[in-house]
Amino acid sequence: MIRFSGVVKRFGEHVVLDELDFAVAPGEFVSLIGPSGSGKTTILRLLMTLEKVDGGTIEVGGEYLSHTRRGERVVPADEKHLRVMRRRIGMVFQQFNLFPNMNVLRNITEAPVRSLGVPPAEAEQRARELLGMVGLEDKADAHPTQLSGGQQQRVAIARALAMRPDVLLLDEVTSALDPELVADVLRVLRDIATSTDITVLCVTHEMQFAQDVSDRVMMFDHGRVLEDAAPEKLFSEPEHERTKEFLRAVIERR
Amino acid sequence: MNWDWQAAADSIPLLLKGLLVTVELTVLGSLVGYVLGLVLALLRRSGIPVLSQAVWLFIEFVRSTPLLIQVFVLYYLVPPTTGFKMSAFVTGVVALGVHYSTYAAEVYRAGIEAVPKGQWEAAVALNLPRSRVWTAVVLPQAIPRVLPALGNYTISMFKETPLLLAIGVLDVLNRAKEVGAETFRVVEPYTLAGVLFLLVSLPASLLVRRLERRRA
Repeated sequence: MIRFSGVVKRFGEHVVLDELDFAVAPGEFVSLIGPSGSGKTTILRLLMTLEKVDGGTIEVGGEYLSHTRRGERVVPADEKHLRVMRRRIGMVFQQFNLFPNMNVLRNITEAPVRSLGVPPAEAEQRARELLGMVGLEDKADAHPTQLSGGQQQRVAIARALAMRPDVLLLDEVTSALDPELVADVLRVLRDIATSTDITVLCVTHEMQFAQDVSDRVMMFDHGRVLEDAAPEKLFSEPEHERTKEFLRAVIERR
Repeated sequence: MNWDWQAAADSIPLLLKGLLVTVELTVLGSLVGYVLGLVLALLRRSGIPVLSQAVWLFIEFVRSTPLLIQVFVLYYLVPPTTGFKMSAFVTGVVALGVHYSTYAAEVYRAGIEAVPKGQWEAAVALNLPRSRVWTAVVLPQAIPRVLPALGNYTISMFKETPLLLAIGVLDVLNRAKEVGAETFRVVEPYTLAGVLFLLVSLPASLLVRRLERRRA
């Protein structure tokens, strides 16, 4: 479903991703872990086309994400191509980024109606179903500022799912939440992981959660994949000393 | 100083007629200024270098020259060269509107820049069409925030309308002058004209300040 081939991303002099190669199969739930600055979030931002690659290519569903083939050559794609590819991808942000000028229901229906052309009544019905799924059916008319962080994040998850993406990107979605609000969000994500066949890339510091729901865990360090294994393997008997150190540090912080 | 109450009372009807013109100039001038200012702010951000530089030049040019000279240019220079003649009143509205649009553009720019980056990113992630990002996400958040600043410009525009006397617009001040020329009493009409300005702009600025506090 996703393939990174020799992806390079630099911010000025700093190399964030260094010839990165990896692939994710359809329906997989993959957690990306590692110290901050190791390039995990950049991977999601590249997939969402919020950043441009400096080298290499990304494929989503067998097609280039931000390139097109012109004869023999592969060249950067135009905005039209990006718009088509973005339909396959949804993203949930650390800071929720709900639209404060719209109520909860419109936050969810706006994009399906305006970007996919779903009839408003159908979009609203779907939005209410999704709100039910995230446990907020009674908040349809509320404004984002009236909700707790955990509730806002669940709305943001519903908003991303309303676009029916093939790939869902979760960028540290519980990092900005008070500890007591994390559980509700994680429960929703567990539901999604078990009940849908959506492909998920999840950048997280919630190791227990990553261990429970992931099909695979990738440990990043300095823009490279240090370790890529099933969660049982990676968490109980990591191969690299660096992974052990990282896991120990994260567990001690709890 | 001798103050003649009768002369003061007699001048009021004409002054009120003038005040109506002043208010009309301010309302219409503000409308032109707000709309044109938004257009300028959006063109400035268009990402088309030539366009955005041209707009920048226009804004700097208008802001660096006195409004009175702009009024003269519009009234005396534009008609003979283009054949397009406007009445003194319309000239006043256009001059005030265009002049203040360059200040409004700056206000809008600040308001647009204050919309968090995350809002733009969410809009991209949801694949919203570009026009929709502006009309549904960015402007509805930016405009309420800049309303107090725009309100302040309307008040200062209101106080600047008397300079349209120079092209004969019959505003409050011009009416006061007219009364003075007819009755040879200048203290009463000019004083009352000043009082009328105060009576309108003081409550208006209190209103704007309340709006500012609500937004803060």
